[in-house]
Amino acid sequence: MLRAALTIAKKDIYSELRTKQVLGTMIIFAGLVILVLSFAFDPANNTTKAVIPGAVWIIIVFSGILGLNRSLVSEQRNETMHGLMVAPMDASSIYLGKFMANFSMILIVEIVSIPFLFLLFDFKITGSILYFILVLFVGSFGFIAIGTFLAALASNSKSSEMLLPLLLFPMTSPVLIGVTQATKIILTNMEKLSTALSWMQLVAAYDVIFFVLCFLLIEYVLEV
Amino acid sequence: MIEIKKLTKQADNKLILRGIDLSITQGETVAILGQNGAGKSTLLKVLATLIKPTSGLVKINGLDLKKDHIEVKKMFGYLPHSSLLYDHNTPLENLVFFGNLYGVKDVENRARKLVNDVGLSFFINEPVKNFSRGMIQRIAIARAIIHEPKIMLLDEPHTGLDQGAITILNNVVLSMKEKGCTTLMVTHDFKQAAAICDRIIIVKNGKIADDFKINSQSLSLVSEKYQVLVEGGS
Repeated sequence: MLRAALTIAKKDIYSELRTKQVLGTMIIFAGLVILVLSFAFDPANNTTKAVIPGAVWIIIVFSGILGLNRSLVSEQRNETMHGLMVAPMDASSIYLGKFMANFSMILIVEIVSIPFLFLLFDFKITGSILYFILVLFVGSFGFIAIGTFLAALASNSKSSEMLLPLLLFPMTSPVLIGVTQATKIILTNMEKLSTALSWMQLVAAYDVIFFVLCFLLIEYVLEV
Repeated sequence: MIEIKKLTKQADNKLILRGIDLSITQGETVAILGQNGAGKSTLLKVLATLIKPTSGLVKINGLDLKKDHIEVKKMFGYLPHSSLLYDHNTPLENLVFFGNLYGVKDVENRARKLVNDVGLSFFINEPVKNFSRGMIQRIAIARAIIHEPKIMLLDEPHTGLDQGAITILNNVVLSMKEKGCTTLMVTHDFKQAAAICDRIIIVKNGKIADDFKINSQSLSLVSEKYQVLVEGGS
């Protein structure tokens, strides 16, 4: 299962590095959001610091949707999804492969855009960078795990680009609330670290439950 | 080789397959004919595990299609009307990717040989998006047989092909037959069906209306039976 998933993920990432269609769009979009935010909020003002944790997740969520939409819709051209489905593997391998590719891409977007955000807002982390990386990982994992599943569900619809955000936001709201709260504490107020850890535990539990559910249910979603 | 019993498929309250019973032995080349909407492609998609049947039993080489689907999928080479190829990738990359999914050993050499066999070795490093329909179908044929399948499922494989590609496809089917490969081909092309198949199945309204063997490429027999059963009866 893992071998097939890695083959699919490798194919997606290789294809993306060649065409730069999705990753390029995601990074440009993230850059534009940061630029607009820098115009809207004065970086010299101290209250702007309060906006940063939210801005981090706005970038991840909206640029993430761009990538998720494309990842499964692209398999409809020449019905390549059928090629994957008739190959000797479980449908969960396709899900796992797509998840790994999407997760890698969102991590690349985060690595590029978040330092740019901090730089533009002259934001200095007073909390812990390690915990910040952990919360990014936990939040992105949950968002992409659910997003990949829903993208597969929406890809069969003609208006998939409209349908995906409508399904994704309500489903991922516990993840987004949890990680935004945790990010706020970790970046600005480390005295409340225990509260941040509680939020992260909640999000991690949600991640595991939904990852397993998506893994089991993907077979029914992918059926022609 | 293939045993189908009381196979039904219902979609949106419409019964597409209405109790198909079929037995195909190893090495047979079978054409499935019928009007549009008769259920031919649905039957092929059920066999290819793309669609789950509503009821009935399908056994391939003694293996249950539902329970042993991974083992069964290894035996199939599926060639639908679409190419199932990635446009941005080259023929070699496409074949290596699918070969890896099937666990083919020495996949790159096998892919190079197949590209050579279908006469496109000169274009091995060109993206598939630049190819004509005939060239794409040649690579699609190579993709379908990359893992040396025991059963080939072909859905309207001759549609839109030039004469060269038709010859390559027919040669592939016949050479695979010599190796003991079973072929099921959904088609509207009676001429090609008569040329390469040794058994014809006519499907009408989700049921098998006729099932007969043909000898000496008898196109007139196929056309006659089809007209009586399908066009005469409708």
